[in-house]
Amino acid sequence: MPKRAILAIKIFLHLGLLAPFAYLLQISRNGTLVQNADPVNYITHFTGDWALYILLASLAITPLRRLSPQIAFLIRFRRLIGLYAFFYASLHLATYIFLFSGYDLPTALIALKNGQPGELVTQAKFVWPTIWDDIRKRRFIQVGFASWVILLSLACTSPAFIMRAMGGKNWQRLHRLVYVAAIAAVVHFWWLVKSGVRTPWKVTAVLILLLGARLAYTALKARSKPTPKLATQ
Amino acid sequence: MLLRNSGSAKTTIRSSDITPEQTFHQHNQARRRFLAGAGTLAAGALATRYMPDLISPASVVHAAGTPLKTVPGKYNVNEPQTPESKSTTYNNFYEFGTDKSDPSKNAHTLRTRPWTVQITGMVKKPQTLDIDSIMSYRPIESRVYRHRCVEAWSMVIPWDGYSLSELINFCEPLPSAKFVQFLSLVDRKQMPDLPGGYDWPYSEGLRIDEAMHPLVLLTFGCYGNTLPNQNGAPIRVVTPWKYGFKNAKSIVRIHFTDKQPKTTWNQQSSEEYGFYSNVNPTVNHPRWSQAHERRIDASSFPHSIPTLPFNGYADQVAGLYSGMDLKKFF
Repeated sequence: MPKRAILAIKIFLHLGLLAPFAYLLQISRNGTLVQNADPVNYITHFTGDWALYILLASLAITPLRRLSPQIAFLIRFRRLIGLYAFFYASLHLATYIFLFSGYDLPTALIALKNGQPGELVTQAKFVWPTIWDDIRKRRFIQVGFASWVILLSLACTSPAFIMRAMGGKNWQRLHRLVYVAAIAAVVHFWWLVKSGVRTPWKVTAVLILLLGARLAYTALKARSKPTPKLATQ
Repeated sequence: MLLRNSGSAKTTIRSSDITPEQTFHQHNQARRRFLAGAGTLAAGALATRYMPDLISPASVVHAAGTPLKTVPGKYNVNEPQTPESKSTTYNNFYEFGTDKSDPSKNAHTLRTRPWTVQITGMVKKPQTLDIDSIMSYRPIESRVYRHRCVEAWSMVIPWDGYSLSELINFCEPLPSAKFVQFLSLVDRKQMPDLPGGYDWPYSEGLRIDEAMHPLVLLTFGCYGNTLPNQNGAPIRVVTPWKYGFKNAKSIVRIHFTDKQPKTTWNQQSSEEYGFYSNVNPTVNHPRWSQAHERRIDASSFPHSIPTLPFNGYADQVAGLYSGMDLKKFF
């Protein structure tokens, strides 16, 4: 794969992965978002959905590139995609803290502009009991938060120099937690929808497919491993 | 019991909560400047073009009704009202899809005429009533009520109807009748998106003394017009001190019984949705707090306000539950 092609694909990926965020900014600016009766609810679902889609996309790289050595170069985009999953998951968490929890962000920002930064703290004090209660009591919050913490640790250890410092084995061990993060994210989705709502089934199917592909590959490899040895003997 | 009208009830908005118009514009300008910078991302334009289906502005109001002749009602909440464009595009009406923007897109398939309501069970004479005769039975009052969804958002909506007690008296329930059940329309032809996993038809119910309370509104319209389909045309109930799901939409049958009726959400998940479901800031939903609500009004971002016991109607209705443990009978 020529360097220039890789660069072109990377630019394309950046644009594509920023598109949902740009879209969100665009609809906030042109007034479409506030026509929605409950924009807070909309932003919460929008950022959560995209975090999950992109996380699944990053998990699709490995099974895809195993299909043919010709697309093995795909691995070079995995970190980029994974970091965008973390970006949207962080937006999702920030939406929860600064909008969904009852934190009055518009008021706090106006106060900040008028030289009253105290309002930021007042608002935080106001919503903190709700957030703390959620963390202690509500399992869908716990599992979602756990997923974000995993993504955070993977994002922090994603630069190449940290990977070298950690050693490939350790790094890989840590980064296998991405499976836990993806499963936790899907469970988070199931636990938050109302009983009888089946919206999360599509992402669940994709996740099962991606994890199944890995299991199948490992099983196949384990079975075919002895063969070359026999052949060389 | 002494019934007081809501003119005496305390309102929830302090004047300090209202954003001065100038501040609002300043904020908007600041936001615009910030967004203008960020929005220059070339991808923005692309995204808007290629992702139209991902957002649902859904400003379509299906079957926005015909004007109703109404008389001013006694029960009015003096709080900023939710714009019609929001209360008619943000609906939980699962028969037309589980997303809140689905009903306003899909409910145009609902046929509201001819429409009859069956009166069944423990009544002197079971009968079938025509919607137009029900509507003309009593003068239609306009009443502005708070509407609190169990999902922790709320609206202020001007409904049009008359007290359910009027129709119940007309039905002449037997003394043995202790509960009244409301059953909604279920028809796959009119509801192609009817989701599986629920025991249709939608069923809700009230204790008969609750149902006789004058606040319970047999509702035919909102904002002075007949109900849009997605809001439960042509006939629904509104019980303003309970969570919104108690208010059955598009009712085809009213059933009088001596047993507490099985109700849809309670059957679906009884630890989350009680039979009573009175608005209560001290009893949390297992998955979220009920202490606050996002008030959906004309402001561009909903503000969070404290939720009031019985949705602010405690003066009028708390007496119905004297001696009951409301944490147990939530």
